[in-house]
Amino acid sequence: MTLGWSAVREVAVVSSAVHQVEALTFTPDVQLMVPLVNAAREAVGITQDDVDFTCSGSSDFLAGQAFSFVQTLDAVGAVPPISESHVEMDGAFALYEAWVKIQTGEAEVALVYSYGKSSPGSRRDVLAAQLDPYVVGPLWPDAHAVAALQARVVLESGAATPEDLAAVAARSQRKAVGNPNALRASADATVDGVLAEPVVTDPLRPSDLAAEADGGCAMVLAAGDRARALCERPAWITGIDHRIDPQALGLRDLARAPSAAMAAERAGAAGDRIDVAELHVASTAQAIVLSGELGLTDDVEVDPSGGSLAGDVLMAAGLVRIAEVARRISSGTADRGLAHASSGPCLQQNLVCIMEGE
Amino acid sequence: MIEPLRTDLVVEYPFTRTTGPVVGAFLTGLRDGRIVGVRTSDGRVVVPPVEADPATGATIDELVDVADAGTVVTWTWVDPPRPGSPWDRPHGLGLVLLDGADIPMLHGLLVDSTDDLATGMRVEAVWAAERTGHIQDLVGFAPEGSGVAPAPHAEDPGDEPVRSVRTPIRLDYDFIPSSAAQEYLRAYAEKRILGNRSPVDGAVFVPPRGIDPRHGVAADEMVELAHEGHVGNFCVTHLPIPGRTDLTTPYVSAWIHLDGADIGFLGLVAGCGVDEVRIGMRVRAVWKPDDELGPTAENVLYWEPTGEPDVPVEKAGNRAWLTRRDADDAGMECGA
Repeated sequence: MTLGWSAVREVAVVSSAVHQVEALTFTPDVQLMVPLVNAAREAVGITQDDVDFTCSGSSDFLAGQAFSFVQTLDAVGAVPPISESHVEMDGAFALYEAWVKIQTGEAEVALVYSYGKSSPGSRRDVLAAQLDPYVVGPLWPDAHAVAALQARVVLESGAATPEDLAAVAARSQRKAVGNPNALRASADATVDGVLAEPVVTDPLRPSDLAAEADGGCAMVLAAGDRARALCERPAWITGIDHRIDPQALGLRDLARAPSAAMAAERAGAAGDRIDVAELHVASTAQAIVLSGELGLTDDVEVDPSGGSLAGDVLMAAGLVRIAEVARRISSGTADRGLAHASSGPCLQQNLVCIMEGE
Repeated sequence: MIEPLRTDLVVEYPFTRTTGPVVGAFLTGLRDGRIVGVRTSDGRVVVPPVEADPATGATIDELVDVADAGTVVTWTWVDPPRPGSPWDRPHGLGLVLLDGADIPMLHGLLVDSTDDLATGMRVEAVWAAERTGHIQDLVGFAPEGSGVAPAPHAEDPGDEPVRSVRTPIRLDYDFIPSSAAQEYLRAYAEKRILGNRSPVDGAVFVPPRGIDPRHGVAADEMVELAHEGHVGNFCVTHLPIPGRTDLTTPYVSAWIHLDGADIGFLGLVAGCGVDEVRIGMRVRAVWKPDDELGPTAENVLYWEPTGEPDVPVEKAGNRAWLTRRDADDAGMECGA
């Protein structure tokens, strides 16, 4: 195992737990996270006393409540006080903070979790609030419209045809069969079937847009021999990197995501063959963009879980991608994998996490 | 199945935002009927202008006028318009590369259907008659030949550059309380106060949230609590809160520790002078009349003194928990 440019310590994902459903109507965030946090800790036989650092990701905009994450911290059992942090981002970025904390030597074992319950509001409209509030937000480009603007650029750039987008959607739905957390799964999904769907946000069809879900993910990270003691086959993070493009929609070619390519390079994606990749996308067009930027060749199994298209928990979908790759490495079905997480509009921010088995 | 309790939750950000010199120049331009961009260090013209060079991060402030007509780079169709949309009918939304600019800007495309939209089509600005220095001074872009030129801005000699802009954000949620909160609120309608008992150490939490936060475990057992307790802590408010006309100052907000509960919850203390309220004072609930009860914590109007001897300060409030723990350690019955 060769560690990437920024790593000085071996850190691995040693356990994870995921739950995704269409709507958690009566279950508040904290009650969602109690079983997930416990499952992740119990899988490796630890309690919160063994956790040196806890980091979470969530959005107050989804909860409609300021500092909502503080209430969710109750799921951890934070008495006596614990060392803890939170990011108003996907849990993948909380994992990055935890990874850095372990790199500094301040922690050996970290708990990472994130969750999102977007069903009480209109998620596509809540996401309009992440855009520039001066001259863009007031025009209220909702998330589907923004995804559609990008998709048309991808189509008209020649990078993909409508059939290519439909093929991504159908592939996701077929692979999602058997994933208990998938919301959109169908063994019979075909390109023609997807193309027969009505266009809802021109040029996108329902299957082109990630299936919105409520849910969460909890994960335990550990360093070096501690990881080896906790887990038979840890998923070693050999490289992780997060890069950002400008936010304004016009400032870059929307058919490209330079920050994704840079994150993949910095994380060492090209260092060896990749068996499996999980992508965090809002649309099929974004999957096409990423496939190019990340240099995914035809022999890489992409989105074996169905990916975020099959079930997309806002604030957790990126961490779930890491969990899906880590699980396959720990179970021995893959030796090396790439997990991707994004944030912001149109793949503005990209995180790439490369994991390997020993 | 019982119909779940729910409520509309509206979150609003009614902010007035400071624009700074660059965005301010853009909005000032719109008010005056011009579209203003900024030149980056590599010579590209960005509209709307940004304050930092996207490539280098350097401060940029070389303002450049661009045309109010251009070419559609990409588009989509919004039907129906979103709740926050400034347009009240289905509309296009697109990135428009204005003549003289190198970076396209987002705005509405004012046509009747997608049949009238195409990448590469020429469009021109539809200006609002009255303009204030806001992105909506542009109504949108329409196919070339159907635009509306800016009416001259009735320039006042006192006109200042635009320095701030109001862009309120409103988000609507359909809030459904958790199952524990549903049970808690329904019990209020029957003049009962419920808490959750921890399966780990028997601590009782009110309001019930289905969880023992000390241990991070589910707590499903409901416990009915007394309507009496003591003041664990309090504060006196002398300034009115906007929107709370029901509260006359000064009033007392207190942390009420019910008998049998191990944490306090918030309530008003009344029925005595403000200066008589003290930590440890015994209080009881004063309920609304029976015919006004509903599934709400507002059923308890306030907490009034019982006249019983005070709980000693060293055993009041959160210290009550420690006191009870000590008693348990000494073999006494929990919850006594």
